[in-house]
Amino acid sequence: MKARTLLGETARRDLAIAGLTLALFAGVTVAFPGFAAADNLAALVDDTAILVLLALGQMLVILVRGIDLSVAANLALCGMLAARFNVAYPAAGVLPAVGVAVVAGTALGAFNGLLVWKLRLPPIVVTLGTMSIYRGVIYPLSGGAWVNENEMTRAFLDLPRARLLGLTLLSWIAIAFVALFIAGMRRTRTARALYAAGGNPAAAAYSGIDAGAMQFRAYTICGAIAGLCGYLWVARFAVAYTDIALGFELQVIAACLIGGVAIAGGAGSATGVALGCLFLGIIRSSLPLVGISAFWQMFINGLVIVAAVLLSARQRKHLKTILEVRA
Amino acid sequence: MIAARWLRWETMLAVVLVAEFVLFSFVSPYFLDVNTLSDATFNFTERALVALPLALLIIAGEIDISVAAIIALASVAMGLGAERGVGTAGLLGIGLGTGLVAGCINGALVTFGRVPSIVATIGTMTLFRGAAYAVLGDRVLKDYPASFAAFGQGYAAGPVSIELALFASFALVFWLFLHKTRWGRAIFAIGANPRASRFAGLAVDRYRFALFALTGLFSGLASVLLTSRLGSTRPSIAQGWELEIVSLVILGGVSVWGGKGGIVGVVLAALVFGLITFGLGLMNIPGIVMSIFTGALLIIVVAVPAWLDRHEHC
Repeated sequence: MKARTLLGETARRDLAIAGLTLALFAGVTVAFPGFAAADNLAALVDDTAILVLLALGQMLVILVRGIDLSVAANLALCGMLAARFNVAYPAAGVLPAVGVAVVAGTALGAFNGLLVWKLRLPPIVVTLGTMSIYRGVIYPLSGGAWVNENEMTRAFLDLPRARLLGLTLLSWIAIAFVALFIAGMRRTRTARALYAAGGNPAAAAYSGIDAGAMQFRAYTICGAIAGLCGYLWVARFAVAYTDIALGFELQVIAACLIGGVAIAGGAGSATGVALGCLFLGIIRSSLPLVGISAFWQMFINGLVIVAAVLLSARQRKHLKTILEVRA
Repeated sequence: MIAARWLRWETMLAVVLVAEFVLFSFVSPYFLDVNTLSDATFNFTERALVALPLALLIIAGEIDISVAAIIALASVAMGLGAERGVGTAGLLGIGLGTGLVAGCINGALVTFGRVPSIVATIGTMTLFRGAAYAVLGDRVLKDYPASFAAFGQGYAAGPVSIELALFASFALVFWLFLHKTRWGRAIFAIGANPRASRFAGLAVDRYRFALFALTGLFSGLASVLLTSRLGSTRPSIAQGWELEIVSLVILGGVSVWGGKGGIVGVVLAALVFGLITFGLGLMNIPGIVMSIFTGALLIIVVAVPAWLDRHEHC
């Protein structure tokens, strides 16, 4: 019964964000017909792809009542590792470099998860701390130097830009992850356990689900995705340095909140998150068309976050559970 | 029993503080000097001033991570005022006013909007910092009147800066308020159990709103001091300070779960933190590397009591 109302609510939210995104898209297209051109849309998807990937990982963490502020720092550190690996061993090819990034990202995510799970530390404090540590480690690792385009191999840089059916490989990776998450979040045991652990940890414990262990898994997956995005980011922008993706975690969290992921845990869908990212992406790419300076982007993100959390706080009121025990 | 534990925490901080003194005076011959130490206080007084109201807010079970963004927004507001020829007193008013309004927005979101404070202030942090960028872009504001420099660069008496004097007096006021008044006790009660406090007749939301407004006001004050000390405003001013200020409060022994903590610990933590930053600076360690220490420190100070707790129960 409970699950049914929750699902209904999620579907309704997805529909609302879909309507909102479509309305925004239609509005921009009416004003600037060129916006709907095929190559512009392909560019839009390509621009939004990394945000989508990170937001899917972040969604898992928020589902289990966590938050991961360290994703952007994790991304930057793994990107630097991948770039330096590529510079040091150009003959090894691209995949080992990607592997380095993913393994490192997984380890960093698992470290967050371990602190939250085993020591029961508050997620916001843990990830504020690791955000600063991960970002700080890049400096001694790189000696403060940039890894520039001409130092990295062609194959390393070109992989995410390879085109298939008009879209870049980066776009396809994001699309594949969205499809995987949509299917996985409905059909796998782990996903059900994640929703249960986030929705009501005490009740989940009675049904044999270890909420802490689920948090650990969520952080680890989120870290692995951040690691992958580290490689993708560095290859796409063809440079690695200490400050890449600085503050990007806020956009990721914004996308989740707009996509209807409840910060109190237990509710959210991959469809909603992908649409939330698209919403932010459309705003970002239409700003220059409207003639608003890029400096307004952050302010608009802030407005959107505040509006989204105000609305979701209103919706969630009636979902207060009786069995709830403070974790 | 709880009192004994937090006393122990504060004793630990004091020991660390002494150890730092000894270590840094060995490391650098310039360290133990009245002027050096006076300079060192500029490293933490602005942040520590925000840590005082934030400590009350965290004890009450809430959090505000928009403080650094409020500092930036207030600084931009003052910079624009200065550009239009507003005098020093007017700028002070603009800085404090902007902080207060921003704090009230946070308070309204949490109390009227029923938004959890973490999310609300993540939103307003983006909003306020975004507004600073939107208004200023890549410009720099530096038309501050000469007398404006007094707040952040002036000295109250001898080597004691105005900033330090302000911090010392406010620390005393906050100590009296939190530990010696019924409002202070109410803050502890609200943090320990908001629902029970409601039933006991406390106007919980009114306290929350007031504490957010107060934190905003002190962020405005910190902005006045910082802007006056630097003499210029960029939208990236005080970037990352929210982390350091929250770390300060938690390092001071305030429980992130609310209901526990004290002003003495926060003041000691400010000194410990300020000395570390200054000492590492003396040793020529770059700021980004210091952020590793800050981050690790934050996690360790939360992890140690949590770990001890678990082992006491076993």
